[in-house]
Amino acid sequence: MQAYLVRRLFESALILLGITLVTFILLYLVPADPARQIAGRSATAETVQNIRDQLGLNDPFFIQYWRYLTALLQGDMGRSYLQRAEVSELIASRLPASLLLMLAAIVTELIFGLTIGIVAALRRNRPADHGLMIFSFVSISAPQFVIGILLLYVFAVKLGWFPIGGYGTFSHVVLPAITLGFLGAGWYSRMMRSSMIDVLGQDFVRTAQAKGLAKGRIILRHVIPNAILPIIAMIGIDIGLFMSGIVVVESVFGWPGIGQLAWQAIQRVDIPVIMGVTMVSATAIVLGNLLADFVAPMIDPRIKTK
Amino acid sequence: MSVTDTTVQKGQSRVSRASQVFVALMKRPRSAFGMVVILIMVFAAVFAPLIMPQDPFEQSFEGLSLVGAPLPPGGDFLLGTDLLGRDLASRLVLGTRTSLIIGVLANGIAILLGAGVGITAGYFGGWIGAILMRFTDLMMAFPALLLAIVLAAIFQPSLLIVALVIAMVNWVQMARVIYTETRSLAERDFIQVQRALGAGHLRILGSHLLPHLLSSILVFGTLGISTTVLLEATLSFLGVGVQPPMPSWGNIIFENQTYFNTAPWLVFFPGAAIVLLALAFNLVGDALRDILDPTLKGRH
Repeated sequence: MQAYLVRRLFESALILLGITLVTFILLYLVPADPARQIAGRSATAETVQNIRDQLGLNDPFFIQYWRYLTALLQGDMGRSYLQRAEVSELIASRLPASLLLMLAAIVTELIFGLTIGIVAALRRNRPADHGLMIFSFVSISAPQFVIGILLLYVFAVKLGWFPIGGYGTFSHVVLPAITLGFLGAGWYSRMMRSSMIDVLGQDFVRTAQAKGLAKGRIILRHVIPNAILPIIAMIGIDIGLFMSGIVVVESVFGWPGIGQLAWQAIQRVDIPVIMGVTMVSATAIVLGNLLADFVAPMIDPRIKTK
Repeated sequence: MSVTDTTVQKGQSRVSRASQVFVALMKRPRSAFGMVVILIMVFAAVFAPLIMPQDPFEQSFEGLSLVGAPLPPGGDFLLGTDLLGRDLASRLVLGTRTSLIIGVLANGIAILLGAGVGITAGYFGGWIGAILMRFTDLMMAFPALLLAIVLAAIFQPSLLIVALVIAMVNWVQMARVIYTETRSLAERDFIQVQRALGAGHLRILGSHLLPHLLSSILVFGTLGISTTVLLEATLSFLGVGVQPPMPSWGNIIFENQTYFNTAPWLVFFPGAAIVLLALAFNLVGDALRDILDPTLKGRH
């Protein structure tokens, strides 16, 4: 286990290093000239050239990359080209909002997903099961912007139950959280259903039945806890889905998180900010996968750690 | 075992096997629904010019109300009009073409790339396999949508570029699946025998490995179209996908989203079209997985 842990940590560090390189190459290829954007339309060629020199944009690729990497390792992600602020400050000021949204989305998808999966498994092959599974298929087939806009239309514009967008109170978080968790609810309900069906077929359940335990008690005390465990191990992997999802959800709801920051930065070619958010997202995804890798064998010792 | 009657046996001719799979798909209500939706959409895409009730690009004066607002569904315009007075139904029909072209093209490239990387890494193993799979791991850790947006922003989005961008993001899943399967197949006796007999790599790959991988490629290829359709819609919704005036379901919503509280049909109908198409491919892909590999029921 210890060797496995060390190897996975090492691999993760290499993956992050690779991501810095790939992202840097991609953004190096962006045809827009950041110096021209900073200087503005009316600036002279000389001013633009000066800004290019200041930012080090005239240096060869590998020198620029090396400078970025050594700064990054010291926790310095550079300065935003367009906002007068350090990238790390911009991200730090917006990260709490995104974390709150993701946490709320995890709660939402677990509540919906697990409930649907449990009910479907207990009503296996009956109309309720078919209906719920069709719902879960729809939820994994619906783009987040469509769900978000429809929820806004029905619950904010027409019914007025929730605000149209923004940030601050509990009612602000409800619709964005449902939108972000909708896809996951579909996946969790299908996984929970098949996990429940697996556990229901196992010997200890039959033993419990043979001992004459009440059916409700068997399901609540024995089946559900065992069926949930492998699902919980998957939460880490969700981070990858969320990191894509927040770009859309935050822009639909005007949620002031790092997804919105990334989207604004991409539109204005604010390269240091794009780099910064990509690195933070990738780190979160890698940590999420690590978490899943370590939690899974703890929960189920049959999963080997080679 | 509800699948025994439709389970496909090995060792039959390809045509009879394919027709058996087709029959099995049509016997299950969910996948039959998916197949019908796909057929209708393909029909609409191919014959779009004949089906469209109006010119999808014409900004007609009659298409707007007296105060210049889009018209609701009904009347001369079946599904209403958009902000520029263009017929929504016609734009949706033409948008079907956009979605399917990108769906098939992007997914085709993703399959070729993903299966190619997976087979190469799995069959040759060693340092080639290690490099390819570490690269695949790297791509897995990339925030997919950010990557797609950045790629789309680098190149001027055209249909082909959008398809390529989506393929660059979506090949990873296929590569992982095919890699794992190739690894276990490559160690099996019938492949080892071929190697010992001196068969060339290409012959082993083409005649002996590929046929065993086809069902996975088919299953994940079908499910992948759904992912592709959703990603295209999302990119177009953000304005970095298919560019107006060419209609795509995503960019119809992008163009009209600021008016969704007064003209909800401009979000509702294209949104429903996206969900329906993605749902159809998910239902068919899921059923294919059950039919072709009964051991993998309903997991993801």
